[in-house]
Amino acid sequence: MDLGTIHDFLVLNPKGPIGADEKDLMILATVLMLIVVLPVFALTLYFAWHYRASNTKATYAPNWSHSGKIEAVCWLVPFVIVGILGTVCWISTQRLDPFRPIASDVKPIEVEVVSLDWKWLFIYPDLKIASVNELAFPVGTPVHFRITSGSVMNAFFIPQLGSQIYTMSAMQTQVNLLASEAGDYTGFSANFSGDGFSDMSFDAKAMSEGDFEGWVKNARASKDSLTLASYRQLAQPSERAPVAYYGDIEPHVFHDVLNQCADGSLCRDDAMRFASLQETYDGRLALCTPAKPRGL
Amino acid sequence: MGRLSMSAVPMDQPLVMGAVGMMVIGGLVVIAGLTYFRLWGWLWFEWMTSIDHKKIGVMYVLLALVMLLRGFSDAIMMRAQQALASTGGAGYLPPEHYDQVFTAHGVIMIFFMAMPFIVGLMNFGVPLQIGARDVAFPYLNNFGFWLTASGALLVNLSLGVGNFARTGWLAYPPLSELPFSPDVGVDYYIWALQIAGLGTLLTGVNIIATILKMRTPGMTLMRMPVFTWTALCANILIVAAFPILTATLALLALDRYFGMHFFSNDAGGSPMMYVSLIWTWGHPEVYILVLPCFGVFSEVIATYSGKPLFGYKSMVYATISITVLSFLVWLHHFFTMGSGADVNAFFGISTMIIAIPTGVKIFNWLFTMYRGRVQFTPPVLWTIGFIITFTIGGMSGMLMAVPGADFVLHNSLFLVAHFHNVIIGGVMFGCMAGFNYWFPKVFGFKLDERLGKVSFWCWFVGFYLAFMPLYALGLMGMTRRLEHVDNPVWHVYLVIAAIGAAVIACGIGATILQIAYSIWKRDELRDVTGDPWNARTLEWSVSSPPPLYNYATLPVVHSIDAYWEEKREGLDHRQLPSYTKIHMPHNTGTGVILSGFITLLGFGLIWHIWWLVVLCFIATVATAVAHSFDEHRNYDIPAAEVTATEGKYFKQLAAKV
Repeated sequence: MDLGTIHDFLVLNPKGPIGADEKDLMILATVLMLIVVLPVFALTLYFAWHYRASNTKATYAPNWSHSGKIEAVCWLVPFVIVGILGTVCWISTQRLDPFRPIASDVKPIEVEVVSLDWKWLFIYPDLKIASVNELAFPVGTPVHFRITSGSVMNAFFIPQLGSQIYTMSAMQTQVNLLASEAGDYTGFSANFSGDGFSDMSFDAKAMSEGDFEGWVKNARASKDSLTLASYRQLAQPSERAPVAYYGDIEPHVFHDVLNQCADGSLCRDDAMRFASLQETYDGRLALCTPAKPRGL
Repeated sequence: MGRLSMSAVPMDQPLVMGAVGMMVIGGLVVIAGLTYFRLWGWLWFEWMTSIDHKKIGVMYVLLALVMLLRGFSDAIMMRAQQALASTGGAGYLPPEHYDQVFTAHGVIMIFFMAMPFIVGLMNFGVPLQIGARDVAFPYLNNFGFWLTASGALLVNLSLGVGNFARTGWLAYPPLSELPFSPDVGVDYYIWALQIAGLGTLLTGVNIIATILKMRTPGMTLMRMPVFTWTALCANILIVAAFPILTATLALLALDRYFGMHFFSNDAGGSPMMYVSLIWTWGHPEVYILVLPCFGVFSEVIATYSGKPLFGYKSMVYATISITVLSFLVWLHHFFTMGSGADVNAFFGISTMIIAIPTGVKIFNWLFTMYRGRVQFTPPVLWTIGFIITFTIGGMSGMLMAVPGADFVLHNSLFLVAHFHNVIIGGVMFGCMAGFNYWFPKVFGFKLDERLGKVSFWCWFVGFYLAFMPLYALGLMGMTRRLEHVDNPVWHVYLVIAAIGAAVIACGIGATILQIAYSIWKRDELRDVTGDPWNARTLEWSVSSPPPLYNYATLPVVHSIDAYWEEKREGLDHRQLPSYTKIHMPHNTGTGVILSGFITLLGFGLIWHIWWLVVLCFIATVATAVAHSFDEHRNYDIPAAEVTATEGKYFKQLAAKV
């Protein structure tokens, strides 16, 4: 019977600072709770056994039901533990906010992620390439993901690197991750999205600088180009889509998916701008923004 | 016939047709039996139209047990599929079927197993515990039950006619919106829950009114049994939370039926709003389920320790704190949606704060055993099993209340293990404890203890075998709702989990056997005193089963544990020379008839059979209006009959002593 090794426990075997921080947090919280829970277990079993009906030697206090001291302890002990855990919670939540950039000397690499039925599209806006179901990035470099969905809700998750985040249509979420060790890590959708959900996984490859350049070069060699037309084709529901690359991209694909105009309709952000267009006093069409409420 | 045609019956799926066939045969056997033994009149007049809170409680629990079998079959199917399809194979359930199975499992277990079980226990126990003769609105009580049954019927109907939702038990949009779920599955989901939810809301109003207005003289709020306290809080939560569910599902229905865009991807809809709303109901819902179980454990542990509950006031205040706090934590179900750090931290900490009153409760149960005389009856085993199991579940819950930890645990099998840990360990164990505890009061004979213990040990061991591997799998990165995977290491854990499910199946089997065996041996297990456990609260001061009117004279209460006090002062069981007539409500078939029309109404809505919808709507309103003209709703039980009934009980008591 192969119960696996620690390496199979992906969450406990992180390969980046975010995942490592989250693992340490889990262990700290568990240990703090065990300080109370273990004595409770011991007391439960001891009381139940010692005060069993057949043990007539044990003290029997048939009317005893109140003790200010014991009740004070009953309230105080959980209060103290929750106080400590709550403090840990507040501090760690600020530190591990997925939107928070990772402090590093290395300039982060930008990746735009689109979840589709039932595959993943990764767009590298600065490198002008894109890939399907394969994500690559250099080791030691923070990766800044901007994430949306071209279909239903999913969750973008690479357990060994840390935090997952939902992908939602017309919404942009972000997550910052970093791999400190080269390797192929499993990534997948962690939110049920329909019949093809079980196969909605991808490889997350953390590579050396040189290998990554090679990967980019290989992707660039692809003759396919990510345009709105090819996006619409890709967006058709499919299962177990093979890894694919786009050697070139139209820069606005992610924007258009996010603003729901990949089908050529009016983009949401434009619609909002039009809605706020107003005639200013000198007769010019003007754009009204929060910074300039009276228009440009 | 709207969208309905013969193709809605999945004749090509042998598995489904087999299940449908079994249900049809089972139904036919019941119908044949009722006809052969000429029991239709008895069923209609004694049970279906009964407004007696005790009988309605029994019907709720029966519904829960039947639906437990249905929901558990789904569980076995899931465990088998994941065990078979974890080494690269396809298993035996294709995704379109598997996805229905896990959706139905969640919906059935929460709405049609746990809820009816809890509501059944409250319905039976609360009026007796507060010295009332029935609930405040007896007809509404009957109607509420039949609405719940109507929802359950629609869910079961989806097995044979059409299909059920394939969205997960909370039907998150946009997946549950028309473009992604065009078939009837989500419509079955919406209308089954709307109808059953209405029933639950009516029950909530009813039980609150009963507790607040119908307590016997002397029973102040701070003298109420703890089970009644937890029932009060749970029903306040029902009344506060269920309208949110109704509104949310109504908005989803507007999206699906009228092309609106509350939660759609396009035209400015916001699926996030649905997620937020549904959990604003969903989190209080888990406390609606578990609070009454906390009450059951409190009654059980005090009774079988031969001591009053330790720290009654602490227990009451802890219950109230949980009631309030349960509305402040819902966002912890979606930390990974990208709320800011401050928002996430707020809800993480508010979640942790619930652990304080819950921890207090655990300590109070411990100190109730302290210096007691603990009898290891099945209810006590369930209670101790609960303390251990629920604490572990609470710990994993606290862990996931830390957003940083939740980011890697959310939606994984770790989460699945967590909520089964608290729902099985808390709610299921509580229901089983209450079932064993109150059974003799309901039927007048005790349940066999040995089989009760077998059931407990099977559930207890089976639970750990089934769910500890799921914790491990979650840490290995296995997410929930996977139809197939390819990982030999996971396979081993999934097989162990499947074995655990089989052990739990033995536990369910043992309970069925326990009921059958106890009915067979009922004369030996007879409870003639009405107080088989030397218990503390008022329901044990009357005969088992209690007379229709519960109390011939209303008891006067001077303290907590009123019956215990009576016994101590020798004031219990005092026969009066004569009794007066008792005013009681009539049975009525209106609840059954209304629910019948409403079931058809739901069916019409699901299949877009508009003429049926219009017809049933008119019939429903007409029936309700007609019923409102019925002026003869009450009658008097003659004094002689009361005297005779009481006389019989006292004779029985005297014979025993």
